[in-house]
Amino acid sequence: MSTLAIDKAGPRRKVKYGSMSRDRAWALRWSYFFLTLFAIFALLPPIYMLITSLKSSAEISAATNPWWVYHPTLSNYAELLSSNQYLRFFFNSAVIAVVVVVITMLISVPAAFALARMKFWGSATLATGVFLTYLIPDSLLFLPLFKMFALFSDYTGIQLINRWYVLLFIYPTLTVPFCTWIMIGYFASIPKELDEAAIIDGASWFQTLTRIFIPVALPGLIAATIFAFTVSWAQFLYPLVFTTSTDQLVLPVGIITSLVKGDVFNWGQIMTGALLGAAPPLIIYAFLMDYYIAGLTAGATKG
Amino acid sequence: MVDVAFQQQRVQGVRRAGGRKSLRNALQRKSTVAFLMTLPLILLISILVIYPAFYAVHLATLNKAMTKFIGLGNFQFLFKRSTFWMVVEQSCIFAITAVIFKALIGFIVAHFAHNIPSKKQRKWRGMLLVPWVIPPAMSTLAWQWLLDPSYSAFNYTLGTFGIGPISWLGEPGWARFSVILVNVWFGAPFFMIMYLASLKSVPEQLYEAAAIDGANWWQRIWYVTFPMMRNIIAITTLFSLIVTFANFDIVRILTSGGPLDQTHLFATWAFKVGIEGSDIPLGASISLFMAPILAVAAYFILRDVNKRGNEA
Amino acid sequence: MAEVNLRKVVKRYDDVEAVRGIDLDISDKEFIVLVGPSGCGKSTTLRMIAGLEDITDGDIMIGGDVVNDVPPKDRDIAMVFQNYALYPHMTVAENMSFGLRLKHYPKAEIKARVTEAARLLDITDLIDRKPKQLSGGQRQRVAMGRAIVRNPKVFLFDEPLSNLDAKLRVQMRTEIKRVHQMVKTTTVYVTHDQIEAMTLADRVVVMNGGVIEQIASPHDLYHHPKTRFVAGFIGSPAMNFIRCRLEQNGVGLRARLSDRISLPIPQAQTTRFQGLTGKELVFGLRPEHITEPRRSDRDQECQFDTTLDVVEPMGMETMVYFTIDGQEICGRVDPDSAKGPGESMRLFADMNRMHLIDPQSGAVL
Repeated sequence: MSTLAIDKAGPRRKVKYGSMSRDRAWALRWSYFFLTLFAIFALLPPIYMLITSLKSSAEISAATNPWWVYHPTLSNYAELLSSNQYLRFFFNSAVIAVVVVVITMLISVPAAFALARMKFWGSATLATGVFLTYLIPDSLLFLPLFKMFALFSDYTGIQLINRWYVLLFIYPTLTVPFCTWIMIGYFASIPKELDEAAIIDGASWFQTLTRIFIPVALPGLIAATIFAFTVSWAQFLYPLVFTTSTDQLVLPVGIITSLVKGDVFNWGQIMTGALLGAAPPLIIYAFLMDYYIAGLTAGATKG
Repeated sequence: MVDVAFQQQRVQGVRRAGGRKSLRNALQRKSTVAFLMTLPLILLISILVIYPAFYAVHLATLNKAMTKFIGLGNFQFLFKRSTFWMVVEQSCIFAITAVIFKALIGFIVAHFAHNIPSKKQRKWRGMLLVPWVIPPAMSTLAWQWLLDPSYSAFNYTLGTFGIGPISWLGEPGWARFSVILVNVWFGAPFFMIMYLASLKSVPEQLYEAAAIDGANWWQRIWYVTFPMMRNIIAITTLFSLIVTFANFDIVRILTSGGPLDQTHLFATWAFKVGIEGSDIPLGASISLFMAPILAVAAYFILRDVNKRGNEA
Repeated sequence: MAEVNLRKVVKRYDDVEAVRGIDLDISDKEFIVLVGPSGCGKSTTLRMIAGLEDITDGDIMIGGDVVNDVPPKDRDIAMVFQNYALYPHMTVAENMSFGLRLKHYPKAEIKARVTEAARLLDITDLIDRKPKQLSGGQRQRVAMGRAIVRNPKVFLFDEPLSNLDAKLRVQMRTEIKRVHQMVKTTTVYVTHDQIEAMTLADRVVVMNGGVIEQIASPHDLYHHPKTRFVAGFIGSPAMNFIRCRLEQNGVGLRARLSDRISLPIPQAQTTRFQGLTGKELVFGLRPEHITEPRRSDRDQECQFDTTLDVVEPMGMETMVYFTIDGQEICGRVDPDSAKGPGESMRLFADMNRMHLIDPQSGAVL
């Protein structure tokens, strides 16, 4: 066998037609091209919201180029942010979202721990059942729930219709199943030897959950929290059904019903309201994007 | 060599079979503790999900004033209404078309995103997921404004090319197109994220082997990518079918079901009849028509999830 | 006193018996190793001692008290796992002190114990690191440190070195031995590696299929195995087993291994095997006892010629493989004396070290 001499300073191989690297370069260019196209498609509405929000009513009705702001103004923002009504919507949404997140976590985390770790009779069925109930949509349940709550109000006198706090009971039905599912996935991925080490160290089930599992599965917890918050914030159907008076409304419903006075749409304000309403999820997303995505994919890839 | 350990075949043996229990008398305790931990979950789901679902069936059998039992009377009434059949047709068209496009676009975009270097992927992924992050109610408002009969920005742009103004929300055909468009805009990013994550898990070596075997890009996708991603494609599609079929927000805000009830879905029509029309039983019967589709889709999802669980 | 006693301990999973009634007495401060192939029940036994598995039948006593129904945390034991099982979100110090913190020990005492254990294991400068910043060997030390600070009655080790590479394994073996000498606590150690067992143990418990084959010191295990399984399990490379028949040859006995080869039984053992002439037995002899010929004439009788099949030079010695009556045999010769493959070589069998085994029962006679 002749000895091989590797000449590192030798001439580079010329890129030939049809070689891998040439194909790769073209694939990259096409990829960026299409990605840009889709990005434009994706970002068009929010950007348009921004543009419109900076226009005065006069400019809007003047029907000049909708894609450009000639006389940018912050009057829409100023009006909304000083409007008690709008702030009320924001406040309601915020309170509900935060409380629902807490409720969801308090229900999901122990349940997920029990289902993932403590094999008890029926745990597999329950886990599947949880997943299945997530498939029952709110558009099926809103009518019977409405009737149920109306009946309950009549019998007990506790007002449940047209009250924002009713949503605190209902939203968890949307958030808990999926959050439990996420947490089961994360908890299941913790090696069992860690449990045993904790048992030998003398931890009770509760201590194992709080001092070992929750810290180790923290990314999952954050993802679940973000999911619960976003879902609560974005709810439209349930609040539409259960709240009608202006002071009880949450943001999505409030913007639509009250910024439309009669037949006149004040689009500048509507867009501003919508943009501000979309801000919290967007901000969370901007800072915690990785957790956000992890929460989504955890549901699928972890089965 | 003395130090060479005498390695024997490791067989996953009896050691892990039979589950992990701590102690005889703690077994009792563990079951109770576990049960208590899942109790809130069970209560929540039983009372606010499962019971209402069955209650809806009961409601559907009552008359409008909910005073007497009329059996299948509501359903018979619905079958005679042309609006009902329009809603059925529209729901199916809407759901199937939207899901197909969402899956397709999601798949294509995921592919492109997968092609670019990983460091840049994050930025693009971030931008492309925005439609899904914005609450649908808000973004639908933006679309409504974009498609407004008088002020549509799209019409303005089309006008510069000499193409006449399109009545996006006023004309039935275009209205149907618009609701599908908005739904696809909103839902495609979800598919993209799922598929991108799944694409990452396909071993690069399979593609290299295929390339060496002479496959072009299309063949690589068909013979390598699709089979590996079959499960996730199936699950996301079924999932999305359920969610899209039951959609409420987009249609309600964009068209309120119009024009002439042409864009109504089960959910929006049920709302109109049940809440606005104060006929809860009839509304309930409408929304129950979603149940068969959901059941079928749920069955297939369960089967696929379990299959994957067994494969893994 | 931290003795551990097992009385007729049985472990049943559904209808499979993983441990079939074992009796074992471990003295205070003793280092006992449970060794055997996978599935022999050694880990299950350890976990029953720890309290991680229920005991189907029988009793386990620690320090004289029956602990069958006592939860692990009250048994005063500490365990080192194969995969270390360190809490990933805690520092080394927090990992080591977790058990003490749960029991609300005073802070000063916790600190003192952790510092002392860290010093003992030479991990003092790693105290504030997280597990993912440590190497495999360091993690194993932390796992040991976690066990040491508890000052338990018994240390339990579940195949702790299996995940380490060969070189590290040798190092850590010495560490464990050293620590045991300093801490002087009863230790039960499980491994499938018989070399670990031989080098670490005061006594070795060889297990197979849920029963104990033999309990003995490493020396006795090597020189006086009681069953064929133990004889073949201990020692690397494994003992050679050859079919043979005992023949009377005048006053003495000979073991006939094949048509050509028959070796004399040492005089001292003639009486023991007298009644077995004519029976088919198994002849056991370790490779290290089949060597190149010795000088002494007396041993001329124990020599035989054979054709070598494979020759493996190992540097310090050369392994030679040959066939007797269709069975492959291994011998260890001095590299300078070794012949090549296909060549004939004269070998010496140290008959003082041979064992005769009953083929039916597997018992060493």
